Amino acid sequence: MDAAQLEKDVSEIAGDWKNKEGNLIMILHRIQSKYGYVPREVSLEISKHLDIPLARIYEVITFYNYFKLEPPGKCTISVCMGTACYLKGAPTLLNELERVLGITEGQTTKDGMFRVEVVRCLGCCGLAPVLTVDGKIYQGVKKNEIGEIISKYAAEENGGNGGHKEKP
Amino acid sequence: MVKGVINGIPVEVKAGTTILEAAKQVQINIPTLCKHPDLISSAACGLCVVKIKKLNRMLRACTTPLEEGMDVQTHDPEIVETRRTVLELILSNHPNDCLTCGRNNNCELQKLVADFGIREESFEKFVKEIPADDSTGTIVLEPQKCIKCGRCVEVCQDIQNVWALSFLERGVHTRISPAGDIKLAESPCVQCGQCSAHCPTGAIFEKDDTAKVWRAIQDPEKYCVVQIAPAVRVAIGEAFGFPLGTNLTRKLYALLRRLGFEAVFDTNFGADVTIMEEASEFVERFVHKKGTLPLITTCCPSWVDFMEKFHPDMIDHFSSCKSPHEIVGALAKTYFAKEKKIDPSKMVMVSIMPCTSKKYEITRTGEMFASGFQDVDIAITTRELARMIKQAGLDFSHLPEENPDHLLGDYTGAGVIFGATGGVMEAAIRTAYFLITEQKLPKVEFENVRGLKGVKETSVSVDGQEVRIAVAHGLANVEFVLDKIREAKRKKEPVPYHFVEVMACPGGCVGGGGQPYGVTDELRTARARGIYGDDEGSALRCSHENPYVQKLYNEFLGKPLGKKSHHLLHTAYKSRPIYKR
Repeated sequence: MDAAQLEKDVSEIAGDWKNKEGNLIMILHRIQSKYGYVPREVSLEISKHLDIPLARIYEVITFYNYFKLEPPGKCTISVCMGTACYLKGAPTLLNELERVLGITEGQTTKDGMFRVEVVRCLGCCGLAPVLTVDGKIYQGVKKNEIGEIISKYAAEENGGNGGHKEKP
Repeated sequence: MVKGVINGIPVEVKAGTTILEAAKQVQINIPTLCKHPDLISSAACGLCVVKIKKLNRMLRACTTPLEEGMDVQTHDPEIVETRRTVLELILSNHPNDCLTCGRNNNCELQKLVADFGIREESFEKFVKEIPADDSTGTIVLEPQKCIKCGRCVEVCQDIQNVWALSFLERGVHTRISPAGDIKLAESPCVQCGQCSAHCPTGAIFEKDDTAKVWRAIQDPEKYCVVQIAPAVRVAIGEAFGFPLGTNLTRKLYALLRRLGFEAVFDTNFGADVTIMEEASEFVERFVHKKGTLPLITTCCPSWVDFMEKFHPDMIDHFSSCKSPHEIVGALAKTYFAKEKKIDPSKMVMVSIMPCTSKKYEITRTGEMFASGFQDVDIAITTRELARMIKQAGLDFSHLPEENPDHLLGDYTGAGVIFGATGGVMEAAIRTAYFLITEQKLPKVEFENVRGLKGVKETSVSVDGQEVRIAVAHGLANVEFVLDKIREAKRKKEPVPYHFVEVMACPGGCVGGGGQPYGVTDELRTARARGIYGDDEGSALRCSHENPYVQKLYNEFLGKPLGKKSHHLLHTAYKSRPIYKR
């Protein structure tokens, strides 16, 4: 990341909040919506800018599930682990995703293509088990459909059908 | 004052006193694994629960103040059972490595589990696998053994203001780590070891270098020599049942010879030499106006590291003088080796220190190799020495008293007080006074720089001139002093101080991170008492009066701050990154 640009970004975002109480969380929110995650260089810059120890920033980032320390994949696959989905076999779906992609929950594949994360209840328990890919809902998913879903997105990213996403 | 009743016994305490503290007044110790007298209660462990009559629940004694009319029950079968459950839950997240753990037989958790007679593990074991971190070579982190009491994090953040350690994540995933799961060596850690001194279990401990020492002693090719730091002699006795603060200097000399060292030196001699150099440096800056004021002391490697990382703008203020044990190391492999006709390449110098950071200091910069060899080869802590004594089966209390080896062993009272906060300052003033006035001090004690107050500001009159002084210990206290200096610089006002002493650990070296466990202010005071007692009992109390120091300068070094002194006894500083990544 370009150091000067980074300093400008942080200074702009932090500037709005500089002397307000509870500013760290607000700033981290803004950073994450800008970059998709909170890069270490940015945290170091915030630390300098606001005179907050880096350790405190990481305490906050890792305390809240919402903040990410790794870049999101091009596709984010979220598996719902709410009670209904859990009982309807969400853990099996997660295992299968982890097996096929070779990563664990919270990680991104080496090629930066897929990120897998766990979410709590998406609010559509009637469709359980549910997973979403980039916000698009797949309902009543079965273990043997996982491979198919992944290859579809992989193919799209490789220019298969011009980025057009079909309905499942 | 508030009045209450604890276990039926009336008690009267100052308003705001916690039940935990109040109970001690009626001879009741409520168990706790997180509360430490140095630290604010974090209420993390949940062991200290007590019952309060008319209140239908248990409260934590460490955070609940005794209130007027409160009727407290600290022990009954239900409370004991609750505490047992808390311990069992902690055990369910704790590995069963006791026999091979660095804290075996000296662990607060192990002791409580034994006291409660826990014979089986009633909860399913869940120990998260987290690799150990020995990247610093001084302090080892084993986060798996962490019980999340929070003491190390509080010490590192609040007492030391270093912020190397933090709690990452939450719930069962909570772990101690530097920010972003980097190695401790890549973090701001200054290796003071206060985390290890406050940890109740084996999650943080000093890197054990005793095997290296044994190997060096056994090697017939090597000539193994040793030195002991001031603070070691008044703390080592705690591991052998001596009363707190007992000064064991001369027994230690005998003991070290019996361990197999061929010559026994004293870091206090090095402290006397440090004073010759540092007091001369002060006179240069104060009287001859050559150099920046205030002069800041540099005997403490954690403070040096802290300054290089966080306050590089202060480098000009730093004394270039090395710490006493490095001086003894450099002189052993040059002066002593020459006088005794010993090949310095065969010499192994072992420093016994109250400090984990000294392990880092011995290879800190190129100047630590001034003799042409590594001046100090191995640094071990007081805790490691205690283990070596036990391994050797030596009966400490019945050992005879002996003298150190001459040339680098004999010391004055000024040398020994280096071990307590304010000591370096007091010793330096004693000699600086002489250097400036060429007169003997009417009274050598400077009570105003002694004691456990975080920042001590005072002034002394030398030759009609006021010398303004500040002494700080515990790194969080340094900020106040440095800010005052910066403020005066910014406003172009006269300097607020001429001379500043800083020690990283609360209480100075007597409270060092490598000292026996269980440190409290009471213990720091007792150890300091031992140190000042040694000073008072000394015939000579100023470094420049030490005949062996005079001999050293007359026959080998020339004069303080001279060419040879500069080469062997001085070092340099540079700005270092707070985070390596």
